Amino acid sequence: MITELDRRKFLSRGMAALGATWTAAHWPAVVAAAEHAHHSALFPEDQKWEFFTPAEAKEIAALASCIIPSDGTPGAREAGVVYFIDRALVTFAIDDQKTYRQGLPEIQKRLHELFPEAASFSTVTPEQQETVLASLDEAGAKIAPRRPRGNFRPSPAAQPLFEVLRVHTIAGFLIDPETDRKGNRGGVGWALIGREPGHSFQPPFSAIDRDYPGWHPATSVTAATKDADKK
Amino acid sequence: MKIDLPRFKTSDVVDFVIVGSGAAGGILAKELSTNGFSVVVLEQGPYLHEKDFSHDEIKVLQEDLLTNHPKLQPNTFRKTPQDKAKPQRALVYGRAVGGTSNHFTANFWRFHEIDFKERSKIGQVAGSTLADWPISYADLEPYYTKVEWQVGVSGLAGASPFDPPRSKPYPMPPLPVKSNGVIFERAARKLGWNPFPAPMAILSQPRAGRSACVNCGFCLAFGCEVGAKSSSLASMIPLAERSGKCEIRPNSYVHKIEIDDRGRASGAVYFDEKKNVHLQRAKAVILSANGAETPRLLLLSASSKFPNGLANSSGYVGKNLMFNTGAVSVGVFEEQTNDYKGYAVSRILHDFYELDAQKVGFYGGGGLDARFDLTPIGFGIGGLPPGTPRWGKDFKAALAHNWTRTFEIFGHGTSLPVENNSFSVDPDVKDAWGLPALRLTYKDHPDDLKLAHWLAARSMELLDAANAKQKWTFPIDEQQFGVHLLGTCRMGDDPKTSVINSDHQTHDVKNLFLCDGSSLVTSGRGQPTMTIMALAFRASDRIIALAKRGELSA
Repeated sequence: MITELDRRKFLSRGMAALGATWTAAHWPAVVAAAEHAHHSALFPEDQKWEFFTPAEAKEIAALASCIIPSDGTPGAREAGVVYFIDRALVTFAIDDQKTYRQGLPEIQKRLHELFPEAASFSTVTPEQQETVLASLDEAGAKIAPRRPRGNFRPSPAAQPLFEVLRVHTIAGFLIDPETDRKGNRGGVGWALIGREPGHSFQPPFSAIDRDYPGWHPATSVTAATKDADKK
Repeated sequence: MKIDLPRFKTSDVVDFVIVGSGAAGGILAKELSTNGFSVVVLEQGPYLHEKDFSHDEIKVLQEDLLTNHPKLQPNTFRKTPQDKAKPQRALVYGRAVGGTSNHFTANFWRFHEIDFKERSKIGQVAGSTLADWPISYADLEPYYTKVEWQVGVSGLAGASPFDPPRSKPYPMPPLPVKSNGVIFERAARKLGWNPFPAPMAILSQPRAGRSACVNCGFCLAFGCEVGAKSSSLASMIPLAERSGKCEIRPNSYVHKIEIDDRGRASGAVYFDEKKNVHLQRAKAVILSANGAETPRLLLLSASSKFPNGLANSSGYVGKNLMFNTGAVSVGVFEEQTNDYKGYAVSRILHDFYELDAQKVGFYGGGGLDARFDLTPIGFGIGGLPPGTPRWGKDFKAALAHNWTRTFEIFGHGTSLPVENNSFSVDPDVKDAWGLPALRLTYKDHPDDLKLAHWLAARSMELLDAANAKQKWTFPIDEQQFGVHLLGTCRMGDDPKTSVINSDHQTHDVKNLFLCDGSSLVTSGRGQPTMTIMALAFRASDRIIALAKRGELSA
């Protein structure tokens, strides 16, 4: 259970990374948003799930929280990622329903292989959770990063739940909070990565272009092609 | 001002029916209608407006708000004609009024003189059908200028020592420099290269009732909510409609060109939104449906008169497809650059536009740009350095640290035309309307892959010179997917080796014209839309001249 004190702590620590000016300007909104997210993340009993059973939702929330943990700054839990995925599975990710329904029992099976006494993923210790996830991500270290292009839908070929869940967790954490996708609650995902809220910015964009003296032609044109050709 | 938009009956014989409303179709519609011709534009996608655009990555990138739908319009892919094609998404194109110009990144490089006459200069390249254009840079120059002034391009004339001659400066100064542009410029100069402000089809100042760029950071793949990006939708379609002579008819999926007894085009057959079939009659037909759908439409229009497909006596319809070569290297920097703010590209260089094949050992050339065109989710999934944990606290820490400190050097280059590389119709797979699906056959010419590696090596040198803390290049593989759809109905003087003449008129059907990416003879150095638009302005002039001489009527 996150106590009030823990919550204050993670708010202040997380914000320290963002720079004093930005934090000062946005502090009240961030606090309000984080409190809202915190409240919503507490699984009200009357929560109406669109796809998951309450028990499944609890497991998915725990798995997502392992992918983007709440380690002093908001993570998947505060961003409401499980609500995003629940809606995703009846909208744009409807084709992935089977992956979730069949994948969860397999993860449960893996949990029991590793920890025979364990009841469920959501109730074991964080260390045990990480052990389970690491065993599901054996291939992960070998996957070469691909440039994300246009469509980032996981490959239509059958994918293990872990791969699909990883993509959905990231999407639920970093989706534009102004959409009705139910993810990135309170904009905590964008705040974490340092993406200022809003959709209109003015230069300078950073200290680097602020100090730029303006474009001037080079003093002499170099036949760079010739030099480069020698390599 | 209230405009009475004309609504033509399908039985009206309009002067022109144009298939497609994108980079080329929008310009043709505007030019022909404002010159007094009646025009119906048939667009397969919906008529969306700025208010319908969104920064919802799911809606745009997964639900295909602006683009072709993989479920309704499946594709197949194979590497060579000997293989059996398998279902696989093979291309993305704009499917809405405005076409692909809605969602482009807006890099607007003119082609250089060499792009039009490279075959003469370097001779034959083994395994390629490389050819000269029947027109020169000088023929197209006035139309490049027209694009810059009428459609709207920001830039700085004379800034690149490699630029071809121009008759007029840009109408607007370059957009504000980005931090990645500053870093790129300093590092490139350290290496003795010649960086310069990128010409972009984005307004740096308010113009023609459109807003200047507000630096929202959602260019690539997204529509512009303020009309600053110079799409056909923002710049040309409103002028076409204001002429009172042009009807834009969305949700109209053309699947056949009607041919009369004399072998002349007499209209376009299309499905409306409810899949009812109509024939829009016209005196002449122009296909601007893009480099995949234009050849597909010709192949679908095969008949006893044209058994190999319409206008395909050369056998070249759909062939010689070029995607452009690309290589992306990424750097992570110590200081924050916040490149998610603003449009994608502010500095480029053209030092490698024309490499000496004797020295480098392959044919080709290209340019480099600095950009950060990743949106938050895409970055989270694939934008972190190789070896970064894929989940857990270290993954999260990398997300938090890198988003504001990452940008890419993108190498863009030539693709050689190869006859087997093509769009054709799949013999088995059908789309949601029961029509044969697009089949892609593609295998990069070996020189294209060598060029990609060469450009990536220059990008890595640049990242070194820029003191990137981490740097890597995304794997360079043979392409199986394209967005630049070029060369598939190439222009030429010889009807045996080309589909259209230099007036964009098909060699086989006098009143059938093709103008889009399919018209290109060579691929340029990776930024084709500027040239597609210039060709559309030029084609408009040629077609108007033919029509005025009465050469299109019976």
